[in-house]
Order: sequence, then C-alpha cells, then structure tokens
Amino acid sequence: MAIKEVLGLYPDLDSAVAATDALREAGFERSEIEVLSNAPFPEGTFGEESGIHRLFIFPLIGACCGFAAGLLITGGTQLAYPLLTGGKPLFSIPPMVIIMYEGTMLGALIFTVLGVLFESRLPWIGKALYDPRITAGYIGILVRTAPERVSAAINALQKAKPEDILTEDGRVSLASSS
Amino acid sequence: MLERRELSEEQITQELMRPLVTTTPWMWVGFIGLGAVLLVFLFAVSWMIYWGLGVTGLNRPNMWGFMIVNFVFWIGISHAGVMISAILRLTQAEWRRPVTRAAEIMTIFSLMTAMIHPVIHTGRPWRTLYWVFPYDFWRNIWPDVRGPLVWDPSAILTYLTGSSLFLYTTIIPDMALARDRSTGWRRVFYSILALGWRGNERQWKMQTIAGFLLSGLILPVFVSVHSIVSWDFAVSLVPTWHTTIFAPYFVIGAIHSGVSAVVTLMALMRWLFRFDNYIRLEHFDAIGRLLIAVGTGWLWFFLLDIFFAIYPQEEREFQVMDFRIFHWPFNVLFAMIFIFSYFIPVPIWVFQRFRRNVRIMFWTSIAVNVGMWAERYWIIKPGLMRKYEFTFDWGWYRPSIVEVSIVMGTFALVGFLLLVFAKLVPPVSVWEEKEGRRFVQAWEVGKRRLYAIIREF
Repeated sequence: MAIKEVLGLYPDLDSAVAATDALREAGFERSEIEVLSNAPFPEGTFGEESGIHRLFIFPLIGACCGFAAGLLITGGTQLAYPLLTGGKPLFSIPPMVIIMYEGTMLGALIFTVLGVLFESRLPWIGKALYDPRITAGYIGILVRTAPERVSAAINALQKAKPEDILTEDGRVSLASSS
Repeated sequence: MLERRELSEEQITQELMRPLVTTTPWMWVGFIGLGAVLLVFLFAVSWMIYWGLGVTGLNRPNMWGFMIVNFVFWIGISHAGVMISAILRLTQAEWRRPVTRAAEIMTIFSLMTAMIHPVIHTGRPWRTLYWVFPYDFWRNIWPDVRGPLVWDPSAILTYLTGSSLFLYTTIIPDMALARDRSTGWRRVFYSILALGWRGNERQWKMQTIAGFLLSGLILPVFVSVHSIVSWDFAVSLVPTWHTTIFAPYFVIGAIHSGVSAVVTLMALMRWLFRFDNYIRLEHFDAIGRLLIAVGTGWLWFFLLDIFFAIYPQEEREFQVMDFRIFHWPFNVLFAMIFIFSYFIPVPIWVFQRFRRNVRIMFWTSIAVNVGMWAERYWIIKPGLMRKYEFTFDWGWYRPSIVEVSIVMGTFALVGFLLLVFAKLVPPVSVWEEKEGRRFVQAWEVGKRRLYAIIREF
C-alpha cells in the first residue's frame, strides 16, 4: 500500500507538541510521526519512546577488527622479514602492543562513525517531504500514513495552528481546509 | 553565563554563517599575507627536496633540527584541541559550545602540518611509504615495528583519522543548514557533506550519543599520541632524552601549548568574525582558570626533568643538563621558557580582570607558545650536540634560511587552512549554540539577573 506524507511546520515548541498530541488523539501511531528540528530536544519532548539502537556494538566490533589488524601487521611483518637487530628477539611484544593499541582505537573510532551513520540512516538519498525552514528554526511534524488518512492528518495538524502544511501534492491552503 | 545576550534563531544563524558569505578586509589581508608566506614555504620545501638535506644546517651528530622541533611543537598544539572538545563534551560543560569546533579544526590542521615534517625531513619523501606502511609485497621488505619511527605514524594517523571523523560527525547538521541556504556549487558541496540530513529525532539522538562515544574514544588516543612522540626521543640513548618522565612531560606540555593556542584562536575569531555574542569574556575567564592549573602542572614536570637528570649523578646526563642550563644559547632559552611559558602568563591569569581582557589573553597565549617552541628546541638540541661523553662528533647546529622558512611557513599554512575552513564551514557550531540557548532561562535572584541552563541528567 502506498504511503503518503504530510508535513506541518510550527514556529515554536508548544505548537509542535500540541500537533503531535492532536495526531495521537486522531488515532495516529507514534511510529507514523516524525519530528524534524534544527537542534536536538531532550528525548521524550514530543512523546516519543526511547528508540532501540545498536550503536554501542559498533565500537566493539571495530576495536576487535583493529586489534586483529594491528596483530597481523606487527606479528606478520616481524615474521615475514626476520631481521635481527641488537640481539633483540625477533618477535618483540612491547612494540607490538603500541601498534595494536592504536589499531584497536582506530578500528573503534571508524566503526563508531559508521555506526552513527548507519543508525541515523545516513547517507539518505530517498525522497521525503522537507522544508528548508526547518533548519531556520521551524519544527516540522511529518506524518507518514495511508492515502485515505491524509485528510485526517491535515485536520489534526491544523488544530495546533501551523505556519504551513505541505503534502506530496503541494501546499495546503490553511483557510480552506479548516 | 553573565554576558549572554538574548538572540533569535535567525540572528544566530546569520551571525555564525557570516564568514561563509562575506569576506571582511582583514580576512583578505590574512589570505594574501599567509598565502605569500606559504609560497615561500613551498619554495623552501621544493628547494630542499631538489638539492637534498645539505641545504639545511643538519650535520653529524645534529641529525634532527628545526623540522623535528617544529614537528613536536605542532603535535603539541594539536593535542589540546580535541582534548578540550572531548572533555567538555563528556562533562557537558555549557561553555564548550563556541569553543569546540575551532579547537577540533585546529587539531586537524596542526596534525596535518606536523606530519609534513618527518616526511620532508627524510630527504626523499617518496620513499617514506616503504618505511612506514607494510605494502611492498613484491620485494618482501617490511617496516621494522620495533623502531619508534613506525609507532609514530601509526599513532598520528589514528589521531588524525579519529579527529577528522569526530569533527565531520559534528558538522553534518550545520552542513544541512548551509545546504538549505545556499545555491549553485555551494549547494552541491553542502548537500554531499550533509548526507541527506533531515534532523529527525533519531538522527539527533545518534548525534548526541556520538558526541559522548567519540569523546571517550579520542581521549585515550590523544594521551597515547604525544606519549609515543616522546618515545621517539626517550627510547634512544641520547643523554637527557633517555628518561621515563618524557611521556607525561610531553603530554602536559602539549596541553599547555595547545590550550593556549585555543585561546589565541578564540581571540582571533572574536576579532575577525565579530563573534562577540558567542565567544564571550566568560569563556576566556574559564579557559584562563584552566590554564593556571595546566601551566603549573607543566612547570612541575619541567622541573622534574631537570631533577631527574641531576639526582642520579650520571656524568653524561649531568653534563648535558649543565650545558642546557648554563651555556649559551641554551641558558637564554632556559630563561625564556620560564619567563614566557610561566612567569609572565600565569601570574597574570590569576587576576580575573586580566582573564576577562581579550587582548591580554591573546598576548599571554602567544607568549606561552613562544616559550613552548623554545622548550622543544631546548629539549631536543643539546643532547644531540653533546651526544656521548667520548664521542668525536660533538658539533653545533645552526638552522639555515631554508629551515627557518619552513618553520615560518608552517604557521602560515595552519593559519591559511583555518581561514579557508572558516569560509566553508561555520567556525562555531550553529546547532550546538542553538541547542544551548534553547533551554536558557533568566532568573532573578535578589537584585541579580542570572542565566541558568535546564538540562536533563
């Protein structure tokens, strides 16, 4: 079934929260609502539940990969080119620890950033309703719903006095649709 | 938070994005002046690579000179950037907001500049890859991981990669802001960097967690990098280098010079970009207090280094330390280090009225870094000049004009890159500034009006 989008733009926090409340009262699930803003709000500001994510797994995987790469490079190069220097052992662990440590941290850092991008669903090249006024300070309340419920979403969004309402078909005239 | 002015979201955006859209006459002066010095730098490097290291003042036993001193200096400068940013993020210090981005940028450009030195110092930079990376499968020649000159690139590359990723993660929302306000090639550029950022709840949640996670990961790397740089010296047998104190000594020195460089940058940003509403006197006050503690900590390690050379009564250590402290030109440098890095700035920072004076903070931060550059020279050179007790290779080192040009050029390079960056990315994080102001509330306490931040714990 095709999903339609409706975006309401609100100039302040109170009206945006009122819009999410109106949508919930109209029977919309929280998963159908997305709040877009130009800076973070504390979790739960718009009644959202704490989302599940697996970000903390990423640095652990990265650290293991980095450690393995560090071990392979340090151990492998010493064994591949057995050059005795100053009577020191061929397989010298203390310097290996240094490079393995850096490898571990590098792996953890790279995988953390990959995890952040993955969990943020970035890079995102799909199409969705958006308005540049969001980065200017407006709060966008985006509803993704079935086509037959679009008018109900518009009605709910209008109750909170939006600055503008956008649909995939264009701008909704606020006066006529109320 | 006493000087905080109430600003609208639009005003914050306009003011913080100003350097991207307008180039002030001073910025032009900066571009042209730094660009000219940069040309001299490029010429000097090309000259040295073409003619070889004979055009420098290097000789036996002075195999390391200005370039390695400058390398250690820039590594040091790079350290406080991410350290300040990471510690302030982890502790959720509110005054971090206007400081973190500039500190992170400085880290990256200082590290990149530092990395140039060992590469060009090899004389044949194109061969450096053989010595560092295990890639020559055909000839089966591998770098010797037992040598500290291989530890160094591994640590610096980790730090540079981590710092760049750390910075990039935090600029994504601002790239979206720039994307929504630009046209033409800039819109394409910012759209690519913004990665399709929309600012939904999940993305902000990840952004917040990333700040903590990456801060926690980058801090141990920051400590490890300067420790490893110090081992370039400490694992050798050169007198006054071969000491266990070098790792913490280098780290605290790096913090001292790096935090001072952040102050220099804050003052320059306030003057150049007119960021008075964001980089406020209270920020200089806070960082000045931090510098008193850091500077005094550095002084302790500086004295310990001398003490460690004297206390064991080892003749050659003793001789080189005597050379460092009592003989020309190192006696002058010794005095200079004390005066510029501690006895001028720290007593000044004790007074709040001086900490809240941007000019005084700017010049004292410059003084610290003059002293800290001298300190690196003072640490590295005397040991090499008088390498061993009975060696025939005692000799003086006089830097050539090529080396002086390279050192001057690195300052121009960092400055130039910072200016270019400020033309492309807001030098103060717009979204973090807005986040900070969103929950500020003014409270009347008796006859005082105070600003407080409402924050979830």
